[in-house]
Amino acid sequence: MTKLLEWLLGVSLIGVAWGLVTFDLLDLRLPPVYREVAWPMPVYLLVAFGCYSLATVGFRVATFNDCEDAAKELQAQIKEAKEDLRKKGLKM
Amino acid sequence: MASRKSTKKQDQGDKYSVLLPTYNERENLPLIVWLLVKYFGDSGYDYEIIVIDDGSPDGTLQVAEQLQKIYGEDKILLRPRAKKLGLGTAYIHGIQHATGNFIFIMDADLSHHPKFIPEFIDLQKEGGYDVVSGTRYSGNGGVYGWDLRRKLISRGANFITQVLLRPGASDLTGSFRLYKKEVLESLIERCVSKGYVFQMEMIVRARQLGYSIGEVPISFVDRVYGESKLGGNEIVSFGKGLLTLFATT
Ligand SMILES: Nc1nc2c(ncn2[C@@H]2O[C@H](COP(=O)(O)OP(=O)(O)OP(=O)(O)O)[C@@H](O)[C@H]2O)c(=O)[nH]1
Ligand SMILES: [Mg+2]
Repeated sequence: MTKLLEWLLGVSLIGVAWGLVTFDLLDLRLPPVYREVAWPMPVYLLVAFGCYSLATVGFRVATFNDCEDAAKELQAQIKEAKEDLRKKGLKM
Repeated sequence: MASRKSTKKQDQGDKYSVLLPTYNERENLPLIVWLLVKYFGDSGYDYEIIVIDDGSPDGTLQVAEQLQKIYGEDKILLRPRAKKLGLGTAYIHGIQHATGNFIFIMDADLSHHPKFIPEFIDLQKEGGYDVVSGTRYSGNGGVYGWDLRRKLISRGANFITQVLLRPGASDLTGSFRLYKKEVLESLIERCVSKGYVFQMEMIVRARQLGYSIGEVPISFVDRVYGESKLGGNEIVSFGKGLLTLFATT
């Protein structure tokens, strides 16, 4: 199954569950409070997911390692390499 | 280098072929080769470096020939092609000439540092992994020379990809990886994407085919010399590639 199908399946499952409760499709005579909680649920979920995404990406950008030491080490090694290669007869 | 004791580990008979695709890397190639020789020499593993130059107008091939004289034809192999035919086919071309049972893929522009190679090899041996992928996004991994904008795009794209594809690897677009040779061959056969997306497709398909993936945190230092070749409409082609993988894998 492709990821696209997995997503469609997941979304339709949630959609069906939501429809059942909100419109009481099966005539379960659920207490009205269920319906009141259920009908704005998709919006809540979207907002919650949006917040989670923004927070996660923001946190990861803020904590993205800056490898200063790696850059310094590389610069030093470049110098060393150039000298050594010149000695070995490389013409750049 | 001479002062460090080299522990010979050739008893297992493993050999590592490093594929170095180059296009206008005259300044970087000697440096990356020097570093590779240094770290492979220290660790004692058997290796070869395969330079696949696509007719660089800056004379990369001439530099490579000099390096071959210095380090020997058994260590540096030149497999040039007449013109620029792209990265994906460069790897295919390189594998055909590889004699190792493991293959390293890395960029020749010094953003992938050979000091991590022993870590890749150790992790592979520990876990018996089919693929070991370098990652900038977890553990001590990181980048150097990136501004806020680039970090944001990179992290954002990675997050969306993780959500949509759940690939089981943290760095999808990185191209510093170690593969078992037969695994790389079977993957490359299946992969059709170009550029960035190619690296992503490789790891996604690896997971799909049930290959095991290990990860080594790496520091990615932006290239010092030369120009970036991918460039252009990276974000658009990334988006298209992502959607294609989303619908087909
Ligand atoms: N043989 C061959 N090598 C290539 C080709 N295009 C790029 N390369 C090499 O592939 C590696 C990665 O390319 P880069 O230009 O560094 O791509 P990048 O890492 O996305 O971009 P920057 O690091 O930002 O410049 C480098 O070693 C290049 O020299 C090609 O068409 N043929
Ligand atoms: Mg690069």
